[in-house]
Amino acid sequence: MAVREEDLRQRVAELLAAHDPAATDRLDFLRARFDAGLAWVHFPEGLGGLGAPRPLQAVVDAELAAAGAPGNDPRKIGIGLGMAAPTILAYGTEEQKRRFLRPLWTGEEVWCQLFSEPGAGSDLAALGTRAVLDDDTWTVDGQKVWTSSAHTARWAILIARTDPDVPKHRGITYFVCDMTDPGVEVRPLRQITGEAEFNEVFLTGVRIPDAHRLGAVGEGWQVAQTTLNNERVAIGGQAAPREAGMVGVVAGTWRARPELRTHDLHQRLLKGWVDAEVARLTGERLRQQLAVGQPGPEGAAMKLAFARLAQELSGLEVELLAEDGLAYDDWTMVRPDHVDFTGREAGYRYLRAKGNSIEGGTSEILRNIIAERVLGLPGEPRADKNVPWKELPR
Amino acid sequence: MTDATGPADLLYSEVEEELRSSVRALLADHCPPEAILARCEGPVPYDPALWRKLAADLGTAGLQVPEELGGAGASLRETAVVLEELGRSAAPVPFLGSAVLATTALLACGAEELVSSLAGGERTAALAVPLSTAPGAGFPATVRVDGAGTLSGRITSVADALVADVLLVPAVGPDGAALYAVDAAAAGLAVARRTSLDLTRPLADLALTGVPGRRLAAGAAAGEAVRRALLTGAGLLASEQLGIAEWCLSTTVAYLKDRTQFARPVGSFQALKHRLADLWLETVGARAAARYAADVLARGDADAEVAVAVAQAHCGAVAVRAAEECVQLHGGIGMTWEHPAHLYLKRAKADQIALGTPGAHRAALAHLVDLPAPVAG
Ligand SMILES: Cc1cc2nc3c(=O)[nH]c(=O)nc-3n(C[C@H](O)[C@H](O)[C@H](O)COP(=O)(O)OP(=O)(O)OC[C@H]3O[C@@H](n4cnc5c(N)ncnc54)[C@H](O)[C@@H]3O)c2cc1C
Repeated sequence: MAVREEDLRQRVAELLAAHDPAATDRLDFLRARFDAGLAWVHFPEGLGGLGAPRPLQAVVDAELAAAGAPGNDPRKIGIGLGMAAPTILAYGTEEQKRRFLRPLWTGEEVWCQLFSEPGAGSDLAALGTRAVLDDDTWTVDGQKVWTSSAHTARWAILIARTDPDVPKHRGITYFVCDMTDPGVEVRPLRQITGEAEFNEVFLTGVRIPDAHRLGAVGEGWQVAQTTLNNERVAIGGQAAPREAGMVGVVAGTWRARPELRTHDLHQRLLKGWVDAEVARLTGERLRQQLAVGQPGPEGAAMKLAFARLAQELSGLEVELLAEDGLAYDDWTMVRPDHVDFTGREAGYRYLRAKGNSIEGGTSEILRNIIAERVLGLPGEPRADKNVPWKELPR
Repeated sequence: MTDATGPADLLYSEVEEELRSSVRALLADHCPPEAILARCEGPVPYDPALWRKLAADLGTAGLQVPEELGGAGASLRETAVVLEELGRSAAPVPFLGSAVLATTALLACGAEELVSSLAGGERTAALAVPLSTAPGAGFPATVRVDGAGTLSGRITSVADALVADVLLVPAVGPDGAALYAVDAAAAGLAVARRTSLDLTRPLADLALTGVPGRRLAAGAAAGEAVRRALLTGAGLLASEQLGIAEWCLSTTVAYLKDRTQFARPVGSFQALKHRLADLWLETVGARAAARYAADVLARGDADAEVAVAVAQAHCGAVAVRAAEECVQLHGGIGMTWEHPAHLYLKRAKADQIALGTPGAHRAALAHLVDLPAPVAG
């Protein structure tokens, strides 16, 4: 029987009655919330959800926030929540789902994404990290790069080449990699913002039990599509109130600093505001269409719009601030434990937003996806089709 | 509308090209990106040895200064060529502040002795106004002069003040506006570095409490000296912006020829070729606008204000776009500290604000070319 809004309110009330947020340890509360099926209501029962329609999550979140309940800080566990979880849910064994999803959601275990390599970014399917099976253990060797939160992660979703003799898309397998394995070496990579949010990760003789494989051997590319489609929605397609995100920040600056206003900036801000509102409504509409099931290539459109807006608006804010826009808060190299696109000051936001059109698939690749998979335009002639991976030029 | 009263020369002379080669060679040897990155977070981001070579040995600090005052007796056209090269290398040197802004102000005041010492490169000076000040802004009034002729007040975000030996301070007192020379070592003057978005052009906040100053010009002459310095600075900044855009374009083109994805050079994808073709077109425009501004400023032509407004309204945006494309088209590596692209992005973004935003320059143009804004109501 379908779960209704009243049922959810009832469940929230029961959770709060049994675990008074004011008197309960944060982690205990989060675990109890997960066990009550109120973590992500659209997930199945027993895995933090109730099989309820996804939009009802907002009801739960609002009730719990009003009661002062602690949250799981999505800024620290975005890759787990947005990418690993839906992939595990779609492809994991029962055992994998039970083992991984609860600590992922509570934030006890941070996840990172070991996909990109120095030679395989946009052309991710060309990746060269090797995984070889011996008995029931895989041995992994290779190098990954631009890995956000590798320095805080307990687990990684990893794609590696398991068959170099077949065309590139067919020889890839998807794994869950233990970041505490002695063969995993994480080195910080400093970003243009001054901080090192991402890393390079060297994998040398890393051991992965076959039980930590997600999906069939050689079908890692399909599994990765689930991750990537969810990543784009996670970055660009979240439900949000009007003036959330970058537009809200810039609007706030505009309202607070009347002395900076000019006609030119005013028109540009209003245009950005309209674009942001239209993007918000587009996302809302998309979510209504996709209330059930996995996101498709349309998610690419949301992420494309998000990146463009974030960049235009953050650039406008620096210009608006004029003399204050010449300043920067702090260049000190730190390794942050969270990602916050709208945090810190205008200069930081401007620089960080530059990554939005690169991470999770560049805006150019997203346009190709829209052109080819949404509009059905013919693809580029491919030199790498039907060629065994090992024979590809590099 | 009329344009320049004399024929404008938008090309480069042989002498200018020679100057460019020697500046470029010097910067290639002494100012590679690694060296800039290594310095930019230290206490003083400038390389004094580089400055000596550039300013004194090559004589670039005195290009616009007459020979009888110890300069090269060239003009703002040559000065602009140096700025193109400095933009191209994102060099951390106090050229804009000292050789352009301060020198122009001092020449306008007839402060010959100071001009000579700057022209030789042995001393540097900074015009003490916020870097964001547009040429059309009113006379800065944050510093007051008292009856005894000492100066008190604050000036924020001054470019190239950190290493300046002399600060040119606009101040207002009982006798009206005046421009003062203040010794950087004077008692009562505090120069504090401000963390700046542009890693290669540091800013400083000045606090003056009863600081002695030497009056260089008063009244209308002081106002004119500051205005002319800002107008010249804004016009020549376009050449720096051109240099930034060119570096970003050529570096990106080279990278996309080399970088392979999908078993082919990424630069072979038409979507990117078109983007770079558009960017090239914009830089061609930037070159014409920057050259025109330099030429009319050099000749003291009546069209200078229009030329500067056009150059700034166009070139500021081109440099930013080129730098943003450079980061984007390098992919992940473009987001790293290690790759020099960010030095240009930060310089370009700060330059867009420096000496008036494109919006401020468009607004100035509205008056100059009689395209008034709609009447409020
Ligand atoms: C802040 C940040 C965080 C990241 N976090 C992670 C992470 O956690 N895990 C992870 O695995 N990866 C991560 N990435 C990596 C990211 O996914 C890649 O950088 C991205 O896919 C691009 O790959 P690349 O850097 O190799 O660029 P390239 O693929 O070399 O691309 C260079 C340029 O060419 C363009 N281009 C390439 N192919 C085409 C084409 N066919 N048509 C038109 N243009 C094309 C690209 O759009 C880009 O502008 C992160 C990146 C950033 C910037």
